Amino acid sequence: MEPILSKNWHIPGQHTLAVARNNGAYGTLEKLFKMSPSAVIDEVKNSGLRGRGGAGFSAGIKWGFIPKDNKKPVYLVNNFDESEPGTFKDRSIAEKDPHMMIEGMIIAAYAIGARTAYIYIRGEYYRPWVRIEAAIKEAYDAGFLGKNILGSGFDCDIHTHRGAGAYICGEETALLSSLEGGRGYPRIKPPFPAIAGLWGCPTIVNNAETLSNLPFILEKGAAAYKKYGTEKSSGTKLISASGHIHKPGVYEIEMGLPIQTFINEYCGGVWKGRRLKGMVPGGSSFAVLTAAEAAKTNLDFESCAAAGTSLGSGGFYVMDETTCMVEMMANTAKFYAHESCGQCTPCREGTGWVKKIVTRIEGGQGRPQDLELLDNLAKNMMGRTICVFAEALAMPLLAYIAKFRGEFEEHIRLGHCPHGR
Amino acid sequence: MFEFTKENKKKFDEAVKKYPQKKAALLPALWLVQEQMGWVSPESMEYLAGLLDVTPAYVYETVSFYTMYNRKPIGRHHIQVCDSICCSLREAKGTVEYLKKKLGIHVGETTPDGRFHLSTVECLGSCGTAPMMQVDNDYYENLTEEKIDQILERLK
Repeated sequence: MEPILSKNWHIPGQHTLAVARNNGAYGTLEKLFKMSPSAVIDEVKNSGLRGRGGAGFSAGIKWGFIPKDNKKPVYLVNNFDESEPGTFKDRSIAEKDPHMMIEGMIIAAYAIGARTAYIYIRGEYYRPWVRIEAAIKEAYDAGFLGKNILGSGFDCDIHTHRGAGAYICGEETALLSSLEGGRGYPRIKPPFPAIAGLWGCPTIVNNAETLSNLPFILEKGAAAYKKYGTEKSSGTKLISASGHIHKPGVYEIEMGLPIQTFINEYCGGVWKGRRLKGMVPGGSSFAVLTAAEAAKTNLDFESCAAAGTSLGSGGFYVMDETTCMVEMMANTAKFYAHESCGQCTPCREGTGWVKKIVTRIEGGQGRPQDLELLDNLAKNMMGRTICVFAEALAMPLLAYIAKFRGEFEEHIRLGHCPHGR
Repeated sequence: MFEFTKENKKKFDEAVKKYPQKKAALLPALWLVQEQMGWVSPESMEYLAGLLDVTPAYVYETVSFYTMYNRKPIGRHHIQVCDSICCSLREAKGTVEYLKKKLGIHVGETTPDGRFHLSTVECLGSCGTAPMMQVDNDYYENLTEEKIDQILERLK
């Protein structure tokens, strides 16, 4: 497979404009400005490109939600908050080829009629932020950003905005609250950001990887893009692989690749000659798969959904046969209890209680009725909150208990962790 | 009393221009405060409230939402070890224990000489290079005890 996103990652200095231009960066702009914005939207719709931030929604259809009779300014926001445990792919884009992403942002801004775009980047990514800032400055100096880009009459400014350590700001409406200068609180939808986003204006929020796909789609066309992947999950996907494997890292795969092939051929197999116990394909917010389930599942949106999990943001982590699944669940609950924004009671209280109860089971103080209590908690968290953060703990919780129930029961029965943890 | 240095005031004015509403410059302004004094004091919050036409309570409400703004002074170097899900699969616990022993402090404490402050944090997006820690603005990855020794030695 010819990579789309990572094709130039091995080239030294690809993050600089001089090298990137030698490899075609900003080559699509001339073609872009000859097209009408609606033709660009159609091309992206036809490519089947789906959001790479977790939800997998069609990018072109999302763009089309901006009201036709809109008179307000339109904003584009690049969601670079990447904070889902297991996900570290967008960081590679910033470090290795930021100009591809900036070119993608110009394409998106032109298509939706935005003159101002923001990159919301998580606060911890200081070095990637410095690299993006440098790339933006180079693009301004070369006339790819700012007023009247390449004589087209199209103006586009890109600004960066650093977060300050809050996972929830990756949720698109929380991100907007944070960008406006407040607490990162998610907002009730509808209205969706495409109707009323930043400062009440139509706003499109796209993930950094989604945007990076656009130069290829514009250059080669929707049909060429659709040649990659499956019928409903077109293109490639960056998978960030970690956990108990020989070769962790970020890999670009063609959608539809079997999980087993990915582990064996890309990741060098499960480490230390051990067997696979379970794995998560799309980040900690989704259901864990057993080894048997993983063997029947492919890395595309449909196959992961059919297995009851999600391709999510491609946060792929592997657990070998020695892993204590109760400890994994306790660690997962610790994350969500720490990161709940606190607006909605079922989530704020629920995440705290799940953490307390799973931690006590792991510590040997579990009670026989605890599993039923957890089940009840999970079901009372779901569907009762402003955003889907509560689901992001409830779904993995229900999956860990359903698939590894014996381990939870053993901890409770023995009064200690059988893995010696 | 808190006031931006001349250079930071200039950076602040630049930040305000990026947004159609002044208030949006609060997060970048807080970063500048922290850069200047290492933490965000109550006085600096009042100062920003004045600059941005919001109440001091609004600034405090925002600051307290985010983990990266220090609401009290910490050591010169902030060591933040990820002990989240994926790092825990690759011995993050051992890294935390080693640092506690080496520095002679618990998590959340500063060494008596004010050189290091130790925290544990949730996922930093460095799962493929675990175990890892962030010290100030930099990530240090694929840590071993020897590597930690060398890194800390360089930080005065």
